Amino acid sequence: MKVLVAVKRVVDYNVKVRAKADGSDVDLNNVKMAINPFCEIAVEEAVRLKEAGVATEVVVVSVGEKPCQEQIRTALALGADRGVQVETEGSVEPLVVAKLLKGVVEKEQPQLVILGKQSIDGDNNQTGQMLGALTNMAQGTFASEVKIDGDAVSVTREVDGGLQTVKLKLPAIVTTDLRLNEPRYASLPNIMKAKKKPLDVFSPADLGVEVTSHLTQLKVEPPAERQAGIKVASVDELVDKLKNEAKVI
Amino acid sequence: MSTLVIAEHDNSTLNGATLNAVTAAQALGADIDILVAGAGCGAVGEQAAAVAGVNKVLVADNAAYGHQLAENVALLIAEVGAGYDNIVAAATTNGKNTMPRVAALLDVAQISDIIAVESADTFKRPIYAGNVIATVQSADAKKVITVRTTAFDAAAAEGGSASVEAVGAAHDAGISEFVGEELAQSDRPELTAASVVISGGRGMQNGENFKLLDGIADKLGAAIGASRAAVDAGFVPNDMQVGQTGKIVAPDLYIAVGISGAIQHLAGMKDSKVIVAINKDEDAPIFQVADYGLVADLFEALPELEGKL
Ligand SMILES: Cc1cc2nc3c(=O)[nH]c(=O)nc-3n(C[C@H](O)[C@H](O)[C@H](O)COP(=O)(O)OP(=O)(O)OC[C@H]3O[C@@H](n4cnc5c(N)ncnc54)[C@H](O)[C@@H]3O)c2cc1C
Ligand SMILES: Nc1ncnc2c1ncn2[C@@H]1O[C@H](COP(=O)(O)O)[C@@H](O)[C@H]1O
Repeated sequence: MKVLVAVKRVVDYNVKVRAKADGSDVDLNNVKMAINPFCEIAVEEAVRLKEAGVATEVVVVSVGEKPCQEQIRTALALGADRGVQVETEGSVEPLVVAKLLKGVVEKEQPQLVILGKQSIDGDNNQTGQMLGALTNMAQGTFASEVKIDGDAVSVTREVDGGLQTVKLKLPAIVTTDLRLNEPRYASLPNIMKAKKKPLDVFSPADLGVEVTSHLTQLKVEPPAERQAGIKVASVDELVDKLKNEAKVI
Repeated sequence: MSTLVIAEHDNSTLNGATLNAVTAAQALGADIDILVAGAGCGAVGEQAAAVAGVNKVLVADNAAYGHQLAENVALLIAEVGAGYDNIVAAATTNGKNTMPRVAALLDVAQISDIIAVESADTFKRPIYAGNVIATVQSADAKKVITVRTTAFDAAAAEGGSASVEAVGAAHDAGISEFVGEELAQSDRPELTAASVVISGGRGMQNGENFKLLDGIADKLGAAIGASRAAVDAGFVPNDMQVGQTGKIVAPDLYIAVGISGAIQHLAGMKDSKVIVAINKDEDAPIFQVADYGLVADLFEALPELEGKL
């Protein structure tokens, strides 16, 4: 069984991103970039399926400018076999990413496609579901457990009320939640080996997709500032403040 | 102009999140219909018809929709939604699961998690874990939108008198099935709707110690939440996680106990009216957003607080 994993290059999760003073966009000058944490979990899950003898090949794909090859290499160092970059310019909306991924799905014919549930830059939480609609595949979103079972996959999903389990016909789509696994670290020898693994580059035109834009970002701004608070010296003072000053209890 | 709001429900009760979505929909300035997709969900249709400001309720009652499987429900919404300018749902796990599928079927973008409606085509939404608010304009003729419920007041659940119509459309994609669920049982208010929330983090040390929050929650009528670290460590279940990738809450009072205040946690609670932090590390970042900070060992402070409430 072939597994396709979609990985996105994003700002590292430790970076506190700010709006530029003129509000035109966020300031990403010289900030550390990394593989989206949910995508790292997706890669780990695919590699574990391979180690368990369930998957035969793990292909990673990223849509973006040339530097996203770094994140593809990271995924290869974590154990993926082969990389695909779809080379685009600027930021690409989830619907277009989904269309491009559909093109890759048609080329690669994977039985399982694993994506993150959400990219931590745009916080969209859309791409996997959109890919599901475009390919008419079933989706197990926000997965905390994935079990392949013949020609189906059982996915336990983290939902508002608790956990839900669904059974999906393969080929299917899974999007990862935080509890699915704990990704490993890439070892130095594996980082070296990853440099030699194959990485193909396609253009959107190769995949028959036109890159369109449905949304325009008019401006960005910082969120409302909270007024500085105070430290209280004791539980008594806290209770007094909550009762008599804030009047919330 | 017309807007279709997708009802969030469990086949018997309309979930309050729908009421926040209705308020966001009203800001779009169009007539509002509600779609109730489910199985044996007639009672929900009646509740939806009572919501103030709603024109018409469409009820699609079919076994295929009983568990809100996205593969089936998205086909229904795309068909029914074809006649509307806007399709709106609360950004619950259900809304997040289904709506992008609807958007792709209709070949339009989705605008996720909006916190404000600037005009019929322009919206505000948080990005980068809420460190930045983006204003986005949609060029699509049809808008598919999910709504951050904490950013909009609830519409009145009573006072409306919408007509109720059955929708016959049956869509069973036949590619997914519901196997089972483990839903948390609790007498406490729902996390996203509670007016007081008390959350524990890694500092709680284990699941047993979360009982220290119970007595306080009882006295305050609070819901109990947690940081990701507490959930990952298995102290408490996933549905209690507050944050960028968990639940977004904005109660009148939020008490963070043994939580350091990582940006991903703040993303889920910093719009609370009053924030209290109890942490033994006086430099913990949580104090930067706390209205009242108490530097103390939680194992001493919590029993004392319970006693004094
Ligand atoms: C992709 C991604 C998504 C994430 N999503 C979320 C999310 O949705 N929600 C979320 O919460 N996190 C999220 N995180 C994790 C986040 O970055 C932090 O790791 C997490 O919030 C830390 O939890 P914590 O504050 O409980 O633990 P810690 O950071 O370990 O803090 C524990 C705190 O407890 C205090 N403490 C310890 N003992 C005591 C005591 N006896 N008395 C008083 N205080 C004590 C310590 O001083 C410390 O400040 C996410 C991370 C990533 C990468
Ligand atoms: N540019 C991209 N390249 C590859 N995968 C992507 C890209 N954008 C989004 N994805 C995938 O879709 C998931 C959800 O992203 P989003 O819908 O943007 O929140 C990510 O975790 C990735 O797995």
